[in-house]
Formats: sequence, C-alpha cells, structure tokens
Amino acid sequence: MKNQNIGNSIDWLTILLYTLLVIMGWMTIYSASLPIEETSIFDISQIYGRQFLFIGLAIPLILVVLFTDAKIFERLSFVFYGLGIILLLGLFVFGVTKKGQTNWYQFGGFGFQPSEFVKIATALLLAKYLSFSQVNIQKFKHQIVSLGIVILPVFLILLQPDAGSAMIFLSLIFVLNREGLPSWYFISGILAIVLFFASLLIQPIFIISAVLIFMIIHYLFNKKISRNPIIYSLIFGIIASYTYSVSYVYDSVLEPHQKDRINVLLGNDVDLKREGYNLNQSMIAIGSGGLTGKGYLEGTQTKGGFVPEQHTDYIFTTVGEEWGFIGSFVVILLFTLLFLRILYLAENQKTKFSRIYGYCVATYLFTHFFVNIAMLIKLFPTIGVPLPFFSYGGSSLWSFTILLFIFIKLDANKVNEW
Amino acid sequence: MRKIILPSVIILSAIVLIAKIFYLQVIDETLKLKAENNAIKKVFDFPERGYIYDRNGKLLVANQPSYDIMVIPREIKNIDTTEFCKLLNITKDYFINKLEKANVYSPRLPSVFLAQLNKAEYAAFQEKERKFEGFYTQKRALRDYQVKDCANIFGFITQVNEAIIEKNPYYNPGDLIGKQGVEQQYEEILRGVKGVKYLLRDKHNKIIGPYKDGAFDTIAQQGKDLTLTIDHELQKYGTELMVNKRGGIVAIEPKTGEILALVSAPTYDPSLLVGRQRSKNYTALYNDSISKPLYDRGLQATYPPGSPFKIITGLIGLQEEVIDLNSTFYCNGGANFGRFMKCHCGLHTLQLNNGTYKSCNSYFGNAYKRTIEKYKDSYFSVDNWANHVKSFGLGQFLGTDMPIGAKGLVPTSKTYERMYNGAPIRSSYIISNSIGQGEVLTSPLQLANMMAAVANRGYYYTPHIVKKIKGQALDKKYTTKHYTTIAKEHFPAMIQGLADVYNVGTASTLKVEGLEICGKTGTAENKIRVAGKTYQLKDHSIFVAFAPKENPTIAIAVFIENGYWGSRWAGPIATLLVEKYVNGKISRKDLETRMLNGSIEDEYEKIENIIFQRTPERKIKKDTISNIKNKIGEARKEEENA
Repeated sequence: MKNQNIGNSIDWLTILLYTLLVIMGWMTIYSASLPIEETSIFDISQIYGRQFLFIGLAIPLILVVLFTDAKIFERLSFVFYGLGIILLLGLFVFGVTKKGQTNWYQFGGFGFQPSEFVKIATALLLAKYLSFSQVNIQKFKHQIVSLGIVILPVFLILLQPDAGSAMIFLSLIFVLNREGLPSWYFISGILAIVLFFASLLIQPIFIISAVLIFMIIHYLFNKKISRNPIIYSLIFGIIASYTYSVSYVYDSVLEPHQKDRINVLLGNDVDLKREGYNLNQSMIAIGSGGLTGKGYLEGTQTKGGFVPEQHTDYIFTTVGEEWGFIGSFVVILLFTLLFLRILYLAENQKTKFSRIYGYCVATYLFTHFFVNIAMLIKLFPTIGVPLPFFSYGGSSLWSFTILLFIFIKLDANKVNEW
Repeated sequence: MRKIILPSVIILSAIVLIAKIFYLQVIDETLKLKAENNAIKKVFDFPERGYIYDRNGKLLVANQPSYDIMVIPREIKNIDTTEFCKLLNITKDYFINKLEKANVYSPRLPSVFLAQLNKAEYAAFQEKERKFEGFYTQKRALRDYQVKDCANIFGFITQVNEAIIEKNPYYNPGDLIGKQGVEQQYEEILRGVKGVKYLLRDKHNKIIGPYKDGAFDTIAQQGKDLTLTIDHELQKYGTELMVNKRGGIVAIEPKTGEILALVSAPTYDPSLLVGRQRSKNYTALYNDSISKPLYDRGLQATYPPGSPFKIITGLIGLQEEVIDLNSTFYCNGGANFGRFMKCHCGLHTLQLNNGTYKSCNSYFGNAYKRTIEKYKDSYFSVDNWANHVKSFGLGQFLGTDMPIGAKGLVPTSKTYERMYNGAPIRSSYIISNSIGQGEVLTSPLQLANMMAAVANRGYYYTPHIVKKIKGQALDKKYTTKHYTTIAKEHFPAMIQGLADVYNVGTASTLKVEGLEICGKTGTAENKIRVAGKTYQLKDHSIFVAFAPKENPTIAIAVFIENGYWGSRWAGPIATLLVEKYVNGKISRKDLETRMLNGSIEDEYEKIENIIFQRTPERKIKKDTISNIKNKIGEARKEEENA
C-alpha cells in the first residue's frame, strides 16, 4: 500500500509550524474573547470554546486528506472547479447576505463560504492545466486560458461583492510568473497598483511627466530591444489614460467605504470615530504593547473590547498588545518560515502539478498573512481577510488546513512518483 | 531568476512588517498617550480661575467649589435608578435621556451627567457614590459673585459646547469657558492651563501607578487675577439710578481711557447664571426680547446722538475757520435752511457761547451749512467733515477690550452718493446732521469717549476695562494717544460753553455748588415701524458731561430710552454720578430721591402695546416693582385696619 509509510514521508517541520500557529492562534482567541466570569475552555457558548471544537474537528479532516489517494486531487480538479463555480453562482439565489456581502450559505447552524472552497479548486485546476505537457505558457492562447481560470472566480466574487477574496486570487500572478508567464504581465500588474496609489496622492500631470521623461531616457539608451516609436507612444498612451481614469474610478466606481479605507491609508483627514476608528484602535492596541507586551491575558485594550472584531480579522492586535514586539516578531517569523518551507518543498517536487499547487498554497497563505497584518498597521487599506490559522472561524480554519494538507499529502507522495 | 521572486517578496514583506511594528511598539510614544488608550488614564488638574477686582482692589468675583457628576456609560452596573434619581432630584426621563447622549458621545469616555451641584447636594450624593458604579464626581470651580451688578461687564462661565471642543483641543466635555464680557475676552488669562497626569491602569481599570514615572505629566498653571478699571461704587450707584429705566451709562477717566462705569439697564444679578439653574435662567433672559437684559446698551446700542453732537459741529466749524467766537447767527424759533428747522432756544442773537448753552439749532445749523459749503466740491466737503468726526472715535469700533461693540455710523460722501444718485450734496439735504439727528449714530461708549477727547482738549486713549493683569503688562494700544483733527486752541471756548450749560443753560437746574461740570443735554427723536405704520415714540433723553472743568477726572455719557428730554432723566443721573465720583458725596438729595424712585416703565409698556398691536383696554397690567410696592402698602393698611 502506498500509504503505509505516510508517517515517514510527510514533512514534520511543516506540520510543527502549522501546529504552533494553530495553538498560538487559539490562545490569542482565548484572551480576546475571555468573558469576565471564567468558564471551561470547552464551553461552546464561548468563542474560544467553539474554536477549540473547530480545531478538534480539523484533525479528522487532516486524516481524511492524508489517507486519500493523492491522484484524486489531480484527477478531480476539473470537477472541484466546476462545483466551485456552481456554488458561486448559486449564491445569487440561495446566498445569505452579511454586512452587505452575499458570500455565505447557511445550513441550519453551519455556515459555508464557497469562495474558500473555490480557492483550493482553482489552485488544483491551475496546477493541473499548467502541468499538461502540451500546454506552453509562452503561447498566447494558453496564457489566456490560465488567466481565465483565475479571472472567472474573481469576477463572480467581485459581484458578491468581496474585494478581499478577489484580491487573494489575483495574487496567483506570482505562480504564473514562476511558471514562465512573460514578465511584462507581472510588471504591468505591479505598475498598475503603484500608479493607482500614486495618482491619488499626486496630481496626474506630474506622474505622466515623470513617465514621459523615463520613457525618453529609456528610448535613448535602450540597445537591446527594437526601438519602435509606435510601441513607445502606445505604452505611454495606455499609462496616461490609466492614470487619468483612476480618479474617475475613485470618484464613480468605488463604494464610499472603500474610498474611506483608501483615505485612511493615505492619511487624509478622517473622522477617528467613524471610518478611522478601527485602524486607530488597532494601532493603539499594537502600539501600547511595547517591547515585551503587557503579558498574556493582561491586555487592557483587548479586555476593554476597544478593537472591533478582535477575534477575527483583528486578532493580531492581541498578539501585539499582550506579547509585545517580541511576540509579534516570533509570530511573523513562524509564518515566514512556513511559507519558505512550503516553497522549498514545492521546488523539490518531481511533478509539475505538485510544484505548482505548492506554489499556490504558499502564495495564498502569504497574501492573507501580509494583507491582514499590513492593514492593522496602516501599510495597506482595510480589507477583510482572515489571518490563516489565527482568526476565529471553522470555515476559515478548515479550508486553510485542507489547502495545506493536500500539499503535505502530495509532497509525501513524491516517493511514489517516477 | 523567477524562482527567487516569491521568496524574496516574502522575506522583504516580513522585514517591512517587523520594522513598522517595531516603530509602533518601541519607538513611537504618541500612540501610548492617546485618549482612546484604555491602559492610561488622563487625570486633569483644573487650576483655579483668576479673581476679578475693581480699580480700588475691591473683590468682585471669586470662586466657589462645585461638583459635576460624570458618567462612563460602559461602567454602569445594575444601579437602583429610582434611588439614584431621587437622590439627585432628577426625573427618570432626564436619566435615560442623558445616558443616551453620553453613550452617543462615547461609551468609554466620561461625559457630564449632572453639572454644578452645590456642597449640600454633593455631600448627599458622595455618601452613596460607591453604590453607583460608573458614576463619579469631578470637582470644578464656579464663580462666586461678591456683587449684584456688573453682569454685563463680567459675562459668565458655561460648559463648552461640541463646536468649541472640535475647534480647540484644549477643552474636554464638561470644561468651563468664559462667555461674554471680560470672562470671554480674558478667557486664557483667567482660566490658566490645566495640568495632566497620566496614570497606568491594569485590565480591571485599577490604577497601578504613574505612567513612566510622570515623564509626560504637566503641572497646572493658575489663572491670573484681573483688576478692572471699574470703580465699583460708581458702577453700583449707576445701576441703582437706572432701576425701572432702560438705557446705558458709560464713564471714562479721560487721562487714561479707563472705563470707570459701564451700566446697562435693565440688568440682572450675575449669580443667576451660576449653578444648576443657569441654563433655565439664561434661557429666560435670552428670550426676553422686549427689555433685552443680555443686550449691553452701553456698548451695543446705537442711537442718534442728538444735541451733544453740536459740540463736534462747533469744533469743526472753528477748525475749518468758517466760524469764530464772534460769528453771529439769528434764530427766530428756528431758521430756514431750504426747509425750516425749528428751535426752542428762545434767543435771537447767537454766538458760540450762548448757542452752546442754549443748544440753539439755528446756530449750529448755520455753522454746519458753512462747513459743508466751504469747498466747491460738496463730496470733498462731506468727507472732510466726516474725517473730523471720525477723529473723535465715532463711526468705528474703538478697539475696547470687550468682546462686543457697535460701529455706529458717520455718513461719508459714499453714503450720500448712493442716496442722491451722485447729485451734488446740498447742505440743506443733510442739515439734520448738524444737530445729531441725521444719519449719524453713536453708542453711549462712543459719546463718553468723545467727551473724554473734549475734556483732554484734543486726544483720547482707547477706552479699556482691564487695568492690571497680575504679572503681565497692559496692551500697548491702551497707552497710545489718539489725537483729534481739532487744534488745541479751539477747545477752551467750547468748554466754556459747556460749563455755562450748568451755569445759565439747559441744565441750570442741575447745578452742583462748588463743582464746575461741563455738560450738554440732548434729545433725540425716534420712531418705530410696526405693521407698515410709523409710530412716533417718546424722545430719548441724552446727557454728556465731564468734570471738573480744569483737570477733568471723569467723562460720562448717559442715555435713557424714551426719557422725554435731556435734562429730565439723563441730565440728573449724569450729574449725580459725576458728583458722586468727584466729591464722593451727594449734595442734591432731592434729585437723588427723584431719580432712584423714578420709573419710565409706563412709557415702555405703551411701546410694547404698539409692538404687539395691543389695544390699551385689553392690556394686562404688568407687575412692575412700583405696583408690587403699592400692593404691599395696601395689604399693610388693611392689616392695620383689621
């Protein structure tokens, strides 16, 4: 049997990192949601009690994943993806609306967010498609298909509308770039983001002048590629119209709350009691931690309940306050080690499918991690994405767990791949 | 190459996150001191507000302790609402309403629940304070007024409103701020600077000690004491004389520009605006739109100056050399200036001296006519005249250290250009200006200042109300002379005329033995328009004076609304005040009694009837003080009879 030596072949370091993060996550949730009258940690009327249950239920899930035939994930990737798209479409009919977003199914007491499932399915299908021997990412047709696999769920999720989840999908550009997608896709993506914020901060005319000067210099000193003036002016035209359309998009397309979030980030004059409240509170909570923190269960901001949704998207503020800089450093270090370990394993896969899937896992986890923490410390606009393994919620914990353990299973199975 | 992009991005991002978190947690101190930071409690130490003294060192305004009940809505725990309301003598509606408001402001920050309890109320609450978690008392200082007058000078203190809190970060909800009068003008000097202590709390909100050993704490700076230029004896006497009259009195020391008295009637007891009844009383005063007790008639009201303006007309004539001491004009119950201007002087041949003391309209009409006709360009002439007038401080804000004032009006060529569509200005059009009945408007303060300039023979100091700020020099603008455009040599003749007003003129009945007062009576017409009809009201009674004639120590303007004519009310009141100030005692006891007991309330009632279009038959008799006195008298008689 293939699975007999699973204990020897799985990567225990990844599992150790995973376990540490989940335990620290639960401890933080315990602190953030501890009521004044202490009860049993198993009390499922309490948030920490339920999270304990979710972690417990993750163990059978892990076992199911580990004892499933590794080939299943690859073979059924089309089915998973199709199912995911149907679930996303079904939201328009059966979805539950929470905080203005229709991204949830409700079965009795159990909630299910299909975008979590679609993340895994998209990663599987992308890996499957790119590992076809006849697919060549250098060909335009195949570029379109692989981008399409990513864009279709993004489109459906934006209709919910859930900008946070949509953005996570777009981070898969890292994977495509790794697999040989021409660099200009990647560069223009980065450029688009940089120009977006730049044109909200600076008058568009200055940006365009800067771009023009840069392009003239590039034209004069460029020796390598053909210097076609038409291409240069075309690129310039695109950049100029993009820069000018940003302010239009900002004024007419973005929702007021999204504008507020960008304004908060840009440091524009905001009301600290309304749109600026969350960020102000999370910065105070983190900032008040100091070097060593106030001590576990001693956080005054945490206990005062100042930070909204502290057990979900803002869970890291409790780490910052109670464990201080040292604790924050350790948590960030553990995450970084996990990502690098996954990437290291991915690069050592024998099959293209496993490698690409591993890359997707690292990208997903990293993007969640970065966006979540960066928004708490005013490095990124406030976008509701959970911190993997830390944030409260069964759906989120289980989907990250399955995402990761499918890769651990694939990795463990590489001895069987020839 | 492509393999290392994602790992590099990951490592770089981790470094950026760690760097920013390091900055927030270890380097940046500001986040730790923010108000929203629950771990640090800001405790304020409120300094005592500065005292206010009069020019002779008499204490006018001190402080008394008062207690605010503050609430932190989140910390309220199952309290007995009924007992609480009963203890504080509030309704349940008030309780619910106030709590809701506090919650809207912030559930975690303190708001004022009930303001300005006195000692007895505080003692009753303090006993049971521990039973009401979430509520605590904050000690503050309230004003303790030592006098019953001067309300218009002091202003009052009140809790800051939200607009002020947003504009000025110094103030927190519940803080007190000066409004109106010197309390507003000298707010920053009187209030001092509050101190802040940062205390560290644990998660149960218990104080564990000072934050960073008090490195960020500041010490409160005491408010500074103010010494006013007001002579309280004079102020008090003026207020008493103004009972049952409406109008304003301003007295100035000519040598310094110091305001000796600033009376506005009707007025109110300043202690009405202290304590829990403050807001109710303030609303009542504010809503009294007929007698307007909050309106400072000394500073804000502008009226036509009437005859006292003839002083200016005469001085300008002398300065422009269109008249001299021997210029003679004739009066025949008036004179014709294109239209007939009536006069009651009773004389026929007039020169500056008897024209002044008999207040002859014909004489000053002619002097004015010559001034305006001096230059061919009538616009130039008018502006020339207006500049002379303005040099006495009329038609502009004087720059007094009070937060309110009135500009008044001195017409210029521009005023008339608009009126007459650019046609040349004939002196006959504007002849009423000569006797202060035209477009000119002045406030009592401006009239008093004008008299100070005359008393000084050609200059004045900006009138001001603060004499000394402890440990601080007075603003330079109050020690700078402002010269009029009239040469010094023209004043003695005019001043002699003003002295003769008392000797043989319109105020000869008011003469005080052994004191040479220079004065001028005035009577100003006034009308109101109600519902499209114009009603002629009783004339205003005006009097301006300074004394003694040589080396004057007081210049005064008295303005009594609807006081018939100058020497009826304003003249006696001005004379009494001057005598009181210069001699320190009153020789004319008959006059004093008449003025103290006199009332013009009946006249004001008639005006009210016009305003409200009430017919006298249907009018409801108002309880004036004299009515009440009568009733008490009758009741006593009945008692005696019984």
